[in-house]
Amino acid sequence: MDYKALLEKAADFFSVHSGSGHFWYQRVTAVALVPLSIWLIVLLNKALNAPYAATVDWLSSPINTLAIVAWTVAVVYHAALGVQVVIEDYVSTIPVRNLAIRATNLIFLVLGVAALLAIIIILLAR
Amino acid sequence: MVEFTLPKNSVIKKGKTYKAEGATNICHFEVYRWDPDSGENPRIDTYEIDMDQCGPMVLDAILKIKNEIDSSLTFRRSCREGVCGSCAMNINGKNTLACTKAISDYKGTVKIFPLPHMSVVKDLVADMTHFFEQYTSIKPWLTTESEAPAEAERLQSREDRAKLDGLYECVLCACCSTSCPSYWWNSDKYLGPAILLQAYRWLADSRDENDKERLDELDESFKLYRCHTIMNCTDTCPKGLNPAKAIAEIKKLLVERDHL
Repeated sequence: MDYKALLEKAADFFSVHSGSGHFWYQRVTAVALVPLSIWLIVLLNKALNAPYAATVDWLSSPINTLAIVAWTVAVVYHAALGVQVVIEDYVSTIPVRNLAIRATNLIFLVLGVAALLAIIIILLAR
Repeated sequence: MVEFTLPKNSVIKKGKTYKAEGATNICHFEVYRWDPDSGENPRIDTYEIDMDQCGPMVLDAILKIKNEIDSSLTFRRSCREGVCGSCAMNINGKNTLACTKAISDYKGTVKIFPLPHMSVVKDLVADMTHFFEQYTSIKPWLTTESEAPAEAERLQSREDRAKLDGLYECVLCACCSTSCPSYWWNSDKYLGPAILLQAYRWLADSRDENDKERLDELDESFKLYRCHTIMNCTDTCPKGLNPAKAIAEIKKLLVERDHL
């Protein structure tokens, strides 16, 4: 088996039967983000207009805490899935493509964890 | 990466102009010409056609050019009534069948090119080898586990037969697949709208007993999920079919099977 065939096999290993899951989770997060993004506008309105303490108070109610965590997880996951599709579309060299997808996933994972940590720190410091 | 510019030897040059002497009702046809044996770049030849001496369809004009003006013009055609799918080409920017497209549908010059983003064999003839290999890959035939009835064909109800309407009419002309940007970028793996419509034609057939294997084959991020519902396929289909809907139905079947 030559080098090219090996690489294709490796790529197939990561992509086989991942199609419908990727498609489904992209749609689920998209639908979830419709109400969550409307909620986010309310949060941004508070954050920009109300005092800091009032905003944090509002955010610390269970439903609002749940909403900001859900929004963060959904938006980061949805973005990672979406950027992966763009990379798969336009980057045809398989090692570069795989590296770019891994890097994207890592970046969004770091972003998500950082955002969740920030939420925890803000709410605990109250 | 995706290439957005033509390589040097594919850049199109201006070609010859063939006048229609003494004609009063003239239509101009600009046709893509390329002969691999000449070693020259592709060119656009312009033909003036006397519409008083020409049939109504674009194919009539192309046949007139070949018969009366320039016998070296190369193209595929067979049935001249939209059931063989041979004369698929890009006419004034849109893929269609030359035999079912009226010249009067266009204003001014008619510009004729081979199907986009395919290797050209010569002039308007595209290399369809890979397209038909992809067709073979979806096993476009009835597959069954149960024993065939001894005395009759495998029957299906009128309702089940109706589920094949809008699918069986496809003539595999490749107008849809070659209009799809996703197919342009990733046709090595993405099956494209024509082949996916055919794949769904067998999934929708009540007599076929191979759904599980057919869906397993399709559930792959490149074969199926390069479809981003751009809808060029449905827009361009000269038979008025809806490949985008067939692809959506396959996606629905997979989600229902694996996630609901």
